[in-house]
Amino acid sequence: MGEVIVITSGKGGVGKTTTTANIGAALALAGKKVVLVDADIGLRNLDVVMGLENRIVYDLVDVVEKVCRLKQALIKDKRFEGLYLLPAAQTKDKTAVSPQQMQELCQQLKEEFDYVLIDCPAGIEQGFKNAIAGANSAIVVTVPEVSAVRDADRIIGLLAANELMDPKLIINRIRIDMVKRGDMMNIDDTIDILGIDLLGVVPDDEKVVISTNKGEPVVLDEGSLAGQAYKNIARRLMGENVPIMDLEMDEGFLAKLKRWFSMSKKRSY
Amino acid sequence: MIDLFKFFGKEESKSKDIAKERLKLVLIHDRANISPKFLDMIKDDIIKVISNYMEIEEAGLDIRLSRIPQEDDTYSTALVANIPIRRVKNMGPNRG
Repeated sequence: MGEVIVITSGKGGVGKTTTTANIGAALALAGKKVVLVDADIGLRNLDVVMGLENRIVYDLVDVVEKVCRLKQALIKDKRFEGLYLLPAAQTKDKTAVSPQQMQELCQQLKEEFDYVLIDCPAGIEQGFKNAIAGANSAIVVTVPEVSAVRDADRIIGLLAANELMDPKLIINRIRIDMVKRGDMMNIDDTIDILGIDLLGVVPDDEKVVISTNKGEPVVLDEGSLAGQAYKNIARRLMGENVPIMDLEMDEGFLAKLKRWFSMSKKRSY
Repeated sequence: MIDLFKFFGKEESKSKDIAKERLKLVLIHDRANISPKFLDMIKDDIIKVISNYMEIEEAGLDIRLSRIPQEDDTYSTALVANIPIRRVKNMGPNRG
């Protein structure tokens, strides 16, 4: 029986879809059977981020309305063994699906797959309720900005009210240079405010934009720090203990000296 | 040594600290409002604890979050409880 994980944030534009795509791809690279479910009905995007937009025949609403069988709607990603996408409907709206139907869908999917990752729409309305309905656990994505952190906090409260306790946090698009200047909240600040466990930190990396332009998950780019961060997150989800490096090193003389000596060590986020 | 670091470090307050302080305050209110049950839960627990020591008028118990103006024109947030007491229990001589 697989695990159903909803990826949510409250605020839009913090990287839920990119996170879903890359964690899914990284889990598949690690040999897991994974399905990505786009729960953002009416505003689907996981398909373009994954580069699978031209292969959609049926969608989630078709499955729920029994227009097609579940297997017919699943798109197999040929680049990754064991990775599938269940796209959202683009022409319907979020009332086309009920939480009850999402629960049944997730129940079906987790019998087939090791991981069912649900890309949640922004907001806290019906679409959010649908997306979390069938989930066993949650990942909250935020960026180190006041608006995103505030919304993340609200989402954490709403998840708890829906019996999704202990969500895990991903801090996305952190800029090490700004953190060092004291102009961006660091990892500890963000955890301190939100009070949940950290799953991973993804540095701001222009390679994410470049990969997304091409419809390729950034985990395929070996040289990308963000790609590496997503792979680390996937390993943590599988139960491995991968350390998170403290990015905010005090740039005092001693710290700099220490850094020179540890330069050869591979960076891990 | 520490002073030397301070000398080279930035003296003005960092924008991330301002962000953090603002967030902490706003979240106190957000969290208190997220569930209408929140204050009721606190209220029930307060009644439980206080009842060990005194008889209180449960119906008259009032508990709320208040913003209290500070001298420097900022506000701090406080949980204000108004608990009418009927009778204090006789606990005998104070222990400890």
